[in-house]
Amino acid sequence: MSGFKRAGAAIVGAATFGMGEAPGYEAIELAARAARAALADAGLTLKDVDAVFSMLPQDPFCATTMPEYLGIRPKMVESTRTGGSAFQIQAMIAAALLECGMIDCALICYGSNQRSAAGGLVRSGALPFPYEDIYRPIAPASSYALAAARHMHQFGTTREQLAAVAVAAREWAKLNPEAFSRGDLTVDEVLSARMISDPLTVRDCCLVTDGAAAVVMTRADRARDLRQPPVYLLGGAMATWHRYISQMPDLTVTALAEAAPRALAQAGVTLSEIDVVELYDAFTINVILFLEDLGFCPKGEGGRFVEQGRIAPGGSLPVNTNGGGLSCVHPGMYGLFTMVEAAQQLRGSAGARQAPDAKLAIAHGNGGVLATQALLVLGSAETR
Amino acid sequence: MIQRSRSTGRHHFYPRELDPETGAADLEWTPASGQGTVYSVTIVRKKPPEESHCIVLVDLAEGPRMMSRVVGMAAEDVRIGLPVRARIERLDDRPAIVFEAEHGS
Repeated sequence: MSGFKRAGAAIVGAATFGMGEAPGYEAIELAARAARAALADAGLTLKDVDAVFSMLPQDPFCATTMPEYLGIRPKMVESTRTGGSAFQIQAMIAAALLECGMIDCALICYGSNQRSAAGGLVRSGALPFPYEDIYRPIAPASSYALAAARHMHQFGTTREQLAAVAVAAREWAKLNPEAFSRGDLTVDEVLSARMISDPLTVRDCCLVTDGAAAVVMTRADRARDLRQPPVYLLGGAMATWHRYISQMPDLTVTALAEAAPRALAQAGVTLSEIDVVELYDAFTINVILFLEDLGFCPKGEGGRFVEQGRIAPGGSLPVNTNGGGLSCVHPGMYGLFTMVEAAQQLRGSAGARQAPDAKLAIAHGNGGVLATQALLVLGSAETR
Repeated sequence: MIQRSRSTGRHHFYPRELDPETGAADLEWTPASGQGTVYSVTIVRKKPPEESHCIVLVDLAEGPRMMSRVVGMAAEDVRIGLPVRARIERLDDRPAIVFEAEHGS
């Protein structure tokens, strides 16, 4: 056996706050609101939390800023900085620490006011990298564009297939009252939108929104006594092979190809059993790459896989049921939102966008420029 | 110039203190051929009057890959697989390695 104990820990509370636009809020205020809501969801309070896993992109000391702000004196803090995949990694660390008894109740929280504060992308404090910066790529869009161009060249993937990902996300968003972009969107509109970095138009790129999310985790024995149906961590894995796009070995294969089989093996489930998939769709090419790397289709077939509404509402594989980073919310780091949405789906509380009979879900995170891949396999009570 | 490990003969880029494959510290600088092939390309779209420009990843003949630009031709005409050759040009008033289409390609 490897990894934390299957179903030894569970997500017992999950919430979002300030989705889309939250003028007047600081990032930490949004995160605090989400934290409070997630604890209330679980039937717990701030006093129950003894480990704080936080992320505020602009605060290098968020590991202590966040507990102080919340009035928590934690036994453990952790604020790994892998970008958008940080939260899946935090959940795995939390599961291990819960299991070994170092902690009893973990809070994972994130907040960003990037839309209202700056109207631009989150500045993460990343160091300059002269070997790329001097050529003035658009960070991070050009890196993903290079991956998309290579995938198109190597496998014949088309811009229409990329656009199909954006359209599917929008169809899901229309079913989610919290989603930021809910208007009609067609393939033609994606193709004719303003080009950002070829072949990606602005509609191939994620939203720039405010937003916060939080989840609460406990051991499984305690989870059963709390307010919500527990969402069990059945498996999890991360992998990273590069930091900068020029160092990525093969732009058509992400480290998810290595992490996903580990997570599924730990969970003891096969892909065909997965009911709902929440992927980190910062750009349309992501979904194609990640579906391939997870193994839902062979490498190179992702473009054809997403055609004809297969991942849209009513399709055979529900993907990004909240509308994703493309149409629901993307406040700089999106990974925690895939976990919240997966939890909602597995509780059966996702309303009009509920995937039928969802028992097993993948909540995926991507960090940097396809650099850090992490996924959780989550399950409802009957999968224990 | 490009870094190479004496023991393995393997090149790498960007410059480091250790060979990222073996950890060897026996690195030396050797002349680079300047030859490469475009591995991928994108065009950074600018609002006029600012000019759009291409960003490429170039697979160097020595093995490593680097980011750069292809100059001397329209960004739209830069294709994956294009053989290219390095030269130095000033970008933002700093010297930078850029590439142009290999003569005869």
